[in-house]
Amino acid sequence: MRTPPSWRCPTFSLYLTIFRYGFRRHAAYRAAAVAGAFTNTVFGILRAYVLIALWQARPGLAGYDVADAVTFCFLTQAFIGPMQVFGGTLDLAQRVRSGDIALDLVRPGSLLLWSLADDLGRAAYLFLLRSIPPTLVGAVLFGIRFPAEALTWAAFALSVVIGVVVSFGLRYLVALSSCWLFDDLGVQSLSLVMTTFFSGMILPLVIFPGWLGTLARALPWAAMVQVPADVFLGKADLAGALAFQALWAAALLAAGALATRAARRKVVIQGG
Amino acid sequence: MTDLVRTYVLLAYTWVRAAAQYPVSLAITTVAAFLVTALDVAAIAVIFTHTRSLAGFTLLEVMFLYGTAGLSFAIADLLFGNVDRLSQHVRAGTFDAMLIRPASPFVQMAVERFAFHRVGRIAQAGVVLAIALPGLEVPWRRAWMIPVMVVCGIVIFTALWTLGGALQFLLTDAPEVANAFTYGGGQLTQYPLSVYGDDLVRGVTFIVPLAFVNWQPALYVLGRPDPLGLPHLLRFLSPAAALALACVAALAWRAGLRRYRSTGS
Amino acid sequence: MIELDGVGRSFTVRQGPRWRRRGGPRVVHAVRDLSFHVAAGEFVGYLGPNGAGKSTTIKMLTGILAPTSGRIQVAGLDPSRRRAVLARRIGVVFGQRTTLWWDLPLRDSFHLVRHLYKVDRTVHAARLAELCEVLELGGFLDTPVRQLSLGQRVRGDIAAALLHDPAVLVLDEPTIGLDVVSKAAVREFLRTLNAERGTTVLLTTHDLGDIERLCRRVMLIDHGRLAFDGTVDELRATAPGETSIEDVVTRLYTRPSPS
Repeated sequence: MRTPPSWRCPTFSLYLTIFRYGFRRHAAYRAAAVAGAFTNTVFGILRAYVLIALWQARPGLAGYDVADAVTFCFLTQAFIGPMQVFGGTLDLAQRVRSGDIALDLVRPGSLLLWSLADDLGRAAYLFLLRSIPPTLVGAVLFGIRFPAEALTWAAFALSVVIGVVVSFGLRYLVALSSCWLFDDLGVQSLSLVMTTFFSGMILPLVIFPGWLGTLARALPWAAMVQVPADVFLGKADLAGALAFQALWAAALLAAGALATRAARRKVVIQGG
Repeated sequence: MTDLVRTYVLLAYTWVRAAAQYPVSLAITTVAAFLVTALDVAAIAVIFTHTRSLAGFTLLEVMFLYGTAGLSFAIADLLFGNVDRLSQHVRAGTFDAMLIRPASPFVQMAVERFAFHRVGRIAQAGVVLAIALPGLEVPWRRAWMIPVMVVCGIVIFTALWTLGGALQFLLTDAPEVANAFTYGGGQLTQYPLSVYGDDLVRGVTFIVPLAFVNWQPALYVLGRPDPLGLPHLLRFLSPAAALALACVAALAWRAGLRRYRSTGS
Repeated sequence: MIELDGVGRSFTVRQGPRWRRRGGPRVVHAVRDLSFHVAAGEFVGYLGPNGAGKSTTIKMLTGILAPTSGRIQVAGLDPSRRRAVLARRIGVVFGQRTTLWWDLPLRDSFHLVRHLYKVDRTVHAARLAELCEVLELGGFLDTPVRQLSLGQRVRGDIAAALLHDPAVLVLDEPTIGLDVVSKAAVREFLRTLNAERGTTVLLTTHDLGDIERLCRRVMLIDHGRLAFDGTVDELRATAPGETSIEDVVTRLYTRPSPS
């Protein structure tokens, strides 16, 4: 029997199609994305002032200067859309609740990769509409420190992609948790609290005091906001930062794969 | 008026009773509402581990500003925050259902799915205020302003939500624009306005009167001069500002409703 | 009971995003120069192809939408000016979407209706008991509306629309998507309601079975104008060659548009 020369291609092109489909599906909500960018920009301005006040009181705090802090602030706003920092859920959660998940689980192909490709498509669209505008406005109003080297830009791009994967991994686990929990509100609320606080969204993790700071910088949420921002600002050792993110992404995807297997056993074999 | 209140209370009671059928869920969401807003205070606490004053204000003073604004915001959100779901109701056709009932569509919107768990946020703001107040040693002759400012803040935030709802008669596809003003207003008033740029402060004093939620009256309560040197009289004008904004919001809502009923979209 | 005189309703449709719009906005006449009277106690079917202006008419009758021209009176009131007062005198049922509270048990919806419409407690209790029996609601009064089957939900909606004993009942496609048993139950109920209580009923439908079994009078709207108004037999007589009522209506629908 002859193996087709490009036996991997059909699978890859399948996920590429899903990626494009995810992108286009969100492109249908352009007005909402523009409105989101507007809100992100307003919040960026408000939060920037608070950070400026802090860094004026404590110049050089945590190795950042005022320009670094302002840049950090607008980056956090830029990450809200693609990384769903405010605990956005996957459509999957709704499908778990309605029981439609059974249809997804018997479909050929991996539910995990399928959802990931779709979510990356969503993130790509929101990056264009909700990440770039707030950053540009921040640059005009306050001045933002852009990386000088091409290598930093490349590392930042990679870091954002892995950040989205980490965010997806967490949201995927939250969505699947409703297979076992009668009421997933608790998990969702917890996820929201952890994500907003421990990602660096509210304040940079570098100014969290003592053990709280050490802990926050080791948790997966740091890979969503703090680490990509540090890569952008040139505050991180690139290889170390990317390795940290990749490790969490791999761990979360592995957990997601295990959870999918368990969910399939529960939903398909036991019938829900 | 009494009819509106009666309708509101009746609908709210029905929703709370329905939510109470799932006590665990209700408890979790209430606690979560408390915790999520507590993160904002945690941020303030982290900031003050690095500095003793932020834009000239101490931790207790910032907590006072946060607590009063938070209380106003959370109460307005509990009572009227649902008005910002207007575009959802329009798209789902449920707004038409409200129009065929003999009750104010505004009240029906405001109370739809009355979210009792938001008392968690009210409690959180109350706790912060209760911690801040004893340390500030506000003299009694100035403390009368505190309840006045909370009530004015409730009116101002309610008016903002109403404006946000009215805006959605025009922008059915982009309801999130309203968030910049409602939640943005909530965020802005958490910190002393001296943090922000002078132009921004003038804007929220004379255009969108957020400075009257807590900033101006708080300068009176705390007995502090205005960092921007604005007139002393402003600190007593919160009731007037709240009333003016409420009138604008009511007119905008009526105009929006008239537009909806003459375009059907 | 329902009077329309020269009623018109036009919409301005904006085409595409602002920067790509060519020419001015387009004006669509959903309803033009519509006149008809419905007397108290009548049972009228309101027919028309999709997009003919049926829903626009219903929205104007109930006060949701104001007409651009002409005069409307329902139960002696101008709907768009006296919406809240009119609400107490008419009942409205949308078959495609509910006017009940989606997340609340059916019983709570009925309770709210009593207070909103200010129905006397004993009158309400008697009426609810009667409606529950006739519409067979007893089995699912405590079920949240979102968990009801379509047939159950529509019956719940009809009961809610009648609790305040309105003089006029307006139904927008009440039998859409119902199975034969539910459909028969709804039809029988509406027939009795009209015959015994004398409630004026106006119903839109695509189901010609509804028309044949219920309506003494049929109005047909097409391109925003009244294309036919008469009894079912007169409707048949417009096309003597056709055998079934479906074919008669199809012929009316597919006539070239009067412009």
